Amino acid sequence: MLGLAPLGQAAADEFDKSVAALRAVGGEGQGNTAAGQALQRLAKGGADTLPALLAGMDGANLFAANYLRGAVEVIAGNTLAKGGELPLVELGEFLLNRSHDAKSRALAFELIARVDAEAAEQLIPGFLGDPSVDLRREAVARLLGQADGLAKVGNKPAAVLLYRQALDAARDLDQIKSISGALRELGRKVNLTRHFGFLVDWQMAGPFHNKDRAGFESVFGPEKNAELSASYDGMDGKVKWQGYSTDDEYGMVDFNKPYGDLKEVTGYAQTEFVSGINRPAELRLGCKNAWKIWLNGELVFGRDEYHRGMRIDQYKLPVQLKKGGNAILIKACQNEQVEDWTVQWQFQLRVCDATGTAIHSATKKNREVAAQ
Amino acid sequence: MKKILLTFTFAALANGAAAGDWTGFRGPLGNGVSDEVGLPVALNAKKHISWRIDLPGRGLSSPLVVGNRVFVTASAGTRQDQLQIICINAADGSVIWQRQFWAMGSTMCHNKTSIAAPTPVTDGRLLFAIFSSNDLFCLDLDGNLQWLRGMTLDYPNARNSLGMASSLVLAGGVLVAQVENDSESFTAGLDKQTGVNLWRADRPKSANWTTATVQKIGSGAEMLLLQSGKGIHAVNPKSGELAWHYADGASTIPSSALAGGVLYVPSHGLTALELADDGRSFKQKWRSSRLRPGTASPLVHRDRVYSLNNAGVLTCGDTDSGKRLWQLRLDGPFGGSPVVADNHLYAFNEEGKAQVVDLSAPEGRIAGEMDLGEMIQCSPAVSNGALYVRSNGRIWKIARKTQL
Repeated sequence: MLGLAPLGQAAADEFDKSVAALRAVGGEGQGNTAAGQALQRLAKGGADTLPALLAGMDGANLFAANYLRGAVEVIAGNTLAKGGELPLVELGEFLLNRSHDAKSRALAFELIARVDAEAAEQLIPGFLGDPSVDLRREAVARLLGQADGLAKVGNKPAAVLLYRQALDAARDLDQIKSISGALRELGRKVNLTRHFGFLVDWQMAGPFHNKDRAGFESVFGPEKNAELSASYDGMDGKVKWQGYSTDDEYGMVDFNKPYGDLKEVTGYAQTEFVSGINRPAELRLGCKNAWKIWLNGELVFGRDEYHRGMRIDQYKLPVQLKKGGNAILIKACQNEQVEDWTVQWQFQLRVCDATGTAIHSATKKNREVAAQ
Repeated sequence: MKKILLTFTFAALANGAAAGDWTGFRGPLGNGVSDEVGLPVALNAKKHISWRIDLPGRGLSSPLVVGNRVFVTASAGTRQDQLQIICINAADGSVIWQRQFWAMGSTMCHNKTSIAAPTPVTDGRLLFAIFSSNDLFCLDLDGNLQWLRGMTLDYPNARNSLGMASSLVLAGGVLVAQVENDSESFTAGLDKQTGVNLWRADRPKSANWTTATVQKIGSGAEMLLLQSGKGIHAVNPKSGELAWHYADGASTIPSSALAGGVLYVPSHGLTALELADDGRSFKQKWRSSRLRPGTASPLVHRDRVYSLNNAGVLTCGDTDSGKRLWQLRLDGPFGGSPVVADNHLYAFNEEGKAQVVDLSAPEGRIAGEMDLGEMIQCSPAVSNGALYVRSNGRIWKIARKTQL
C-alpha cells in the first residue's frame, strides 16, 4: 500500500490497483487502455493523494512515471484553481527523503515552489549533493551566485572556495563551464578531464574500410580478437594496435590524428577500465560518426548515423561493471561526405553513475590529478 | 468572421472538429490555406495585436485552434526534457491548463530547432502532441492524459541528433507518426484511442523533416502521401500498404501541398503530380526548377502556386502549366511556411517580421508589415478572424479590433 490509510481500506486498495495499472504499462502502448482508465480514477483524487502518487514513481518505468505525472498535474492544477491547498509538509517530507525517485522529488519541489516560493528557496542549499541533477542544479546556481558576488567585491579566497564547492557538485556542462571559467580568471587550475572522468588513454587499430557505409555491419579483426598483440588485415595492409593518449580537455579521441583525414574508413579503440567493485554505471559517449561499443566482449549499443551533431553525454548507456578490469572496445566509422563539417572522425567517452558523477578507473594514471 | 465553403466543411466536420478550427500542421487540409476573411492586412502592432503572452518553454511548432481554445507545445529545462502542452483561452490569452511530461527519448537537437518542433494534430475531441524526442501524448481538450508512447524507448535507434520535426497527421481515422531518420526509420499508423500500432512500415534510412499530406479519394476514403528523399509513397493509412510510388526523389525539408487533386512536390524544383481519384496511381503534370521552395513549404491558392526560396523570393506560378508568372522579393529568411487567407499571403521571417502579400495585385504587392522582434519559425494558425503565431518565448494573437 502506498500510504493512503486515511482513505479507508477499500479506497486505498482501489488507489493501489490504479497505480499498479499505470506501472504495468510497457512498450508499444501495451497497457495503455487500462492505464488511461486508471488515470481517470486517480485524477479524481484529492490533493492529499499527491505524495502517494509521487511515491508510485519509485522504481517505475518512464511510461508509468509520465502517467503518474499526468494525474499529479491534473490534481494539483484543479486544487489550486479551486482555491485549495497542496499538502506542503507532506510534499516537503517526500522531497527530503532521498530514497525516492529523483524525478518525483524534483516534481515535489516544483509543486512546493509553485505555491510557496519562500519555502522552496529555503530548501535549495540542501540540494548540493542531491541524486536529482535538477535539484542539484538549483543549489549549484545559488552557490555560483554567491561566489560571483564575493569575486565582485574582491574577496578572492572566499570566492575560490565557493567556486570549488560549486564545481564539485556541478553536473551540467553550462554550470561547469561558468565555474571553471571563473576559477581560471582567478588564477586557479581546473582539471575538467578528471571532473567529467573522460577516458584519455587508448589503443587504436585501423584503418579498415567503410566503402558504401558497409563497415558498420562488417566484422573486422578487432571484433573477433582484441588482444593487443594481434594484427589484422586492414585497408592498406597489416594493422596493429598502437597507443594513443588525448590531451583534449574534454577527452576527444581523434582517429584523424594517427591516420590522417581519411574518408570511408573504420577505426577501433580499446581501453581497460578497472573498477574496485561490481557496480552499475553508465558509459556516456559523444560521437558524430557511426559507432558501436562493447563492454567485456558484449555489444552494448551501436548507431549508424553520420554527422548529425555531437555533444558530451550524447548517449547514456547503462552497464554493469565487474570488479577488476573491464575491456571497453569502440568502433567508429567515417563516411564519404566531403563537406568541411564532416571531417571529424572522433569520440569522447566517460564512465559515471546515473547522476553524471565521474567514476575513475582504479588504476588511472596520475596525470589526471584533481584541480590544484 | 468566416466564410464557410463546402470543401472546408466536409473535411473538418468529418472528424469532429468544427469549421474555422485550425487542426494540424498547415491547417485542417494541411495546405496552409484558410477560408477566413477579414484578417488584418495593413498590420499595426497597436491595432492588431489582441494579446501576447509568454510561453513557459521553447518551440517552433504551430499553434492549433479548436473553438475558443488555442493549443501549443513547448519544451523547457536545462536538458529541454520537460515537454509542455499548453491550452490558452483564445479570447484573452489566459492559460486554461498546462501539462508537463518528462522526455523519454533524446532531447538533443540543433540550436536553431527545438524539441517542440513538430506540430500536434486534433480531431476536435482529442489532442495528439509529439516531440522531437519521439514522445507522443494524447490528451482530451481539458488536458486529461488518455495515453502516451515513448517511441525511442520502443525503438532505441529511432532518433536524429539534429532533431525530428515531422508533424502528426490524421488519415482515415488513423494517427500517423513519421519517425524517419538515418537509422531505425519508420512510419507508424496508431489507433488514436489507445496509441497502439496498427501498422509500422520501414522507411528510407535518411533524416526527414517533412509532413505527410492526406488525399481524399473518390470512395470517401483517405490516402496517405509520405514524402522523403525517395519521393512520394502513397499508402493506405488503415493498413500501411503501398498503393503507388513516385520514385524521382523529393526534398526532406519543405512538404508537399495538395490542391484540386494535384500534389505539388518539392522535387527537382517543384513537380506537379495529378493523382487518380481512386488513389491508385499518379501522372506527372509538369516540373519547374523555377518554383523550387526553400525551407518553407509551397502553397496553392485558386489557380496559382507559390513558393518561397531561401533568398526570400516569393515566386508565383500557374498551376496548369507550372509557368512562372511573377516574383516578389520579401525580407527573409523564412523557417516557417506561410499561409493564405482572403487572397493574402502571410509570411513571418526568422527575424519576426510579418509580411502580407496581396495576391490579387498583378505581380503581388506587399500590403502590410509588422515587426514582432523575435525569431519566428512556425507556420501561423488562422482561425475565427485571427492569426496565431509563436516564437521561442511567446505567442501572439493578431486580429482586427472587431475580433478582439
